[in-house]
Amino acid sequence: MENENINKIMHVLRHAPHGTIYTYEGLEMILIMAAYEQDLSVVFIGDGVYALKKSQDTSGIGMKGFAKTFMALDGYDVEKLYVDKLSLEERGLTEDDLVVDVEVLDSATIGSLMKEQDVIIHH
Amino acid sequence: MKIGILLKEGPYNHQASDTAFKFAEAAIAKGHTVDAVFLYNDGVTNVTKLMDPPQDDRNISARWSELSQKHGVEILACIAASKRRGINDDVLVQGTAITGLGTLTDIAIRNDRLVTFGD
Amino acid sequence: MLHTINKSPFETTTFETCIRFLISADPILLIEDGVYAVQAGNKFSSSIETILKTNPVYALQPDLSARGITAITDGVQCIDYDGFVGLVEEHQVNSWF
Repeated sequence: MENENINKIMHVLRHAPHGTIYTYEGLEMILIMAAYEQDLSVVFIGDGVYALKKSQDTSGIGMKGFAKTFMALDGYDVEKLYVDKLSLEERGLTEDDLVVDVEVLDSATIGSLMKEQDVIIHH
Repeated sequence: MKIGILLKEGPYNHQASDTAFKFAEAAIAKGHTVDAVFLYNDGVTNVTKLMDPPQDDRNISARWSELSQKHGVEILACIAASKRRGINDDVLVQGTAITGLGTLTDIAIRNDRLVTFGD
Repeated sequence: MLHTINKSPFETTTFETCIRFLISADPILLIEDGVYAVQAGNKFSSSIETILKTNPVYALQPDLSARGITAITDGVQCIDYDGFVGLVEEHQVNSWF
């Protein structure tokens, strides 16, 4: 580890946003951890990429929408947002469909990033 | 080695709680310190004393309570997740507590490993 | 990095997703319903055999026993919770579910 006081913590979001609470509570965890000045990254894999989709309107299902909260992550110094290329392609989506700027990475690159982590939490 | 555990599912519906418990027991038996079990998502419902399973089944909240009291493992439920699910200090089994997500961050930082169990 | 998988490969894509991010030599441990992947002669046997060329594959024996799985794909190593802890001593953990 380059700095022994800084841990590399990766959050992996793999669920679609509203059918289960995992992504929403995952985001709550990320926002709290962001205050601890660790080396945080967030990776969207599988249906997790749907959390970032533009044009979500939850008014009809009685739930709070939170896609816009991802736009606020930058303000919490969470800048490492990675999206799995294949997951995006499989769903017929492109970066233009997403609410935030992300880095689209291939499987091997994400695998290498995972290997570097001290802690990985899937949501 | 110091180990933290993150448990993201409630009791009985999923095997996650059982696997986490068996893992914790095995780690302690091998001489490791299980520093804390942090309960998140539905995991917070692992520690309600209102739990009353049939006699011939395992009592999951009692089991976590015993682990805490016998081995000094902190069993901590996330406050935000607990509030959503009707878990408060009045219903907690002995040896468990409610705390914030900041504590999970500390657990992640101060332990050699953080092992997640979920579904 | 130790990868654990707790889902049946017949039920969800967790198994194949995890495999896609696997780095050579990193161990995989199948637990809970994940152990159905290593039953000998099933749809995933050839996939397990391919993985075994580059990565060790373990399955949690108590979960295999609970599910009546006695014939295991050759090369898969069966371990108990003590062995699970042993793998965690050696590796950081990436729990897939």
